[in-house]
Amino acid sequence: MTRRARTWLPGLLLVLPSIVAIGVFVYGLIFWNTRVAVSGRHDEVSPYRFDRGRNFADLWDQPSWPGAVRHALLFTVVFVLGALLLGAFLAFLMDKGIRGEASFRAVYLFPMAISFIACGVVWRWLMNPAPPERAVGLNQLFGELRLGALANGWWQDPDWGMAAMALPAVWQMSGYVMALYLAGFRSVPEELREAARVDGASEWKVYRHVVFPQLRPVTLSALIILGHISLKVFDLIMAIAGKQIITYVPAIATYVEVFDRHDPANGATIATYLLLAVALLVVPYLVWSVRAERAR
Amino acid sequence: MTAPAGAGRTARIVRPAVLLLFAVLFLMPVYVLVVTSFKPLQEADPGSAWNLPAHWSTSGWSAAWDTLRPGLENSVKIAVSGSLISAVLGSLNGYVLSKWRFPGADAVFTLLLFGMFIPYQAVMIPLAGLLTDMELAGTIRGLVLAHVVYGIPICTLIFRNYYVTIPDELIEAARVDGAGMLRTYRSIVLPVSAPAFAVTLIWQFTSIWNDFLFAVFLGAPGSWPVTVMLNNTAGSGAVAVQYDQQMASALLASLPTLLVYLLLGRFFMRGLMAGALKG
Repeated sequence: MTRRARTWLPGLLLVLPSIVAIGVFVYGLIFWNTRVAVSGRHDEVSPYRFDRGRNFADLWDQPSWPGAVRHALLFTVVFVLGALLLGAFLAFLMDKGIRGEASFRAVYLFPMAISFIACGVVWRWLMNPAPPERAVGLNQLFGELRLGALANGWWQDPDWGMAAMALPAVWQMSGYVMALYLAGFRSVPEELREAARVDGASEWKVYRHVVFPQLRPVTLSALIILGHISLKVFDLIMAIAGKQIITYVPAIATYVEVFDRHDPANGATIATYLLLAVALLVVPYLVWSVRAERAR
Repeated sequence: MTAPAGAGRTARIVRPAVLLLFAVLFLMPVYVLVVTSFKPLQEADPGSAWNLPAHWSTSGWSAAWDTLRPGLENSVKIAVSGSLISAVLGSLNGYVLSKWRFPGADAVFTLLLFGMFIPYQAVMIPLAGLLTDMELAGTIRGLVLAHVVYGIPICTLIFRNYYVTIPDELIEAARVDGAGMLRTYRSIVLPVSAPAFAVTLIWQFTSIWNDFLFAVFLGAPGSWPVTVMLNNTAGSGAVAVQYDQQMASALLASLPTLLVYLLLGRFFMRGLMAGALKG
């Protein structure tokens, strides 16, 4: 036992600083945040007093909160589906190799290197909702292309604005999905495709029955990554709309509650909801993928 | 690779055409950024932003440079030191978790990984308090600390995924020869680690450079990186927006990461793939 321990103990010691850091900064602070959430500490001076998590229910009575949840859901649906479908479609078109493939890939991927803040600067302008006679950005372009009917209020539309807000996010992330799918497509052995062709399958059927089923893990990874980015979206909205109610989402709400309304309990409660949403998505996936890898 | 002749012909034309269309759409925002940034102020009017500049001017760029310089300096300090420390930690962790495992290593790894996905909002309020207690609030060192700590999961993952490809026999042979853990790391693992270091450094540099949330929650005017400064210059509604300067600022703030991407795109790609767990 001691001799065995001597072989692995140094390893544990080497990783220990990281374990402690993550223990404190991730799990310890999550615990602390939850304490603030259930403390009902609605200003910065009163003591922490346990209020049985009343806050978690009370939040729903606040006028801005249900809207924030609705905004986040709409944004998530458009962003995740948009980036997933566009990325998969681009990868599908490139799968068989195409002239200038490297350049296409570089173009689709470069937005990922740019910060959401810089992205916001240009998209805020592109999605400027000025009326037709003073139209700028995309609305002006639509006008010149005689597609004026497409002009709209973009993110300032009270009902569908968050769908427009998802466009810059799709612009940034669909290249990433493209790269994932392209790697996935290319990892399907050519023999498998060939075998299906020999059996008389059309090219579409080869994809439908051979290639796509092999890509489920890629789709799952992409969904998890896009989903958690979407729930956390903060920079992009801050850069385009700031803290306006029309684009209010939980990630912004935390900031507003803490810094503008000086209400730590509300901020912490929202943050806890956010964490729960991400955990529901990510934890089963992590457990599954670490286990699957061990099994190999 | 060989497609049926009839269907192949349309595919040969349609496919590149669609790809080209999307490439144009993807580049559109960049076109606007570039042309507007080179217009003189009086020309940088939103109504004509799709036009090429009638007179080329770099006044927007020099104004952007003057405004953003402190932020750029802060960003360089934070991103360079943050990514270097992250890479070293990631390398050691990845080595132990793949080649010098201890009981419960899988559980530790899974718990570490979850740190990669947490919404930072869920730790931000106590983190700000903790950094204040440590007298690091609003400092560059505080921001570096935050980036390093929350970068541990992804950096460990990248190195671990890379090191599992080193044959166990090599490690065993070193052990048999009496080499200890650190000795084995130095003589066998470290010499082949260059690609993983490249991936990690690029990944961390890009994400630290582009960070806004930590900076705005934990930073102070003296430690603000360029993203915060960019957002501040772009966001003030009181004065008339100087589009030339604004667009030049956005480009200027993106140049370092764009250059990294253009010059080292191959490693950037691998970092992306590592982020998806399955490399």
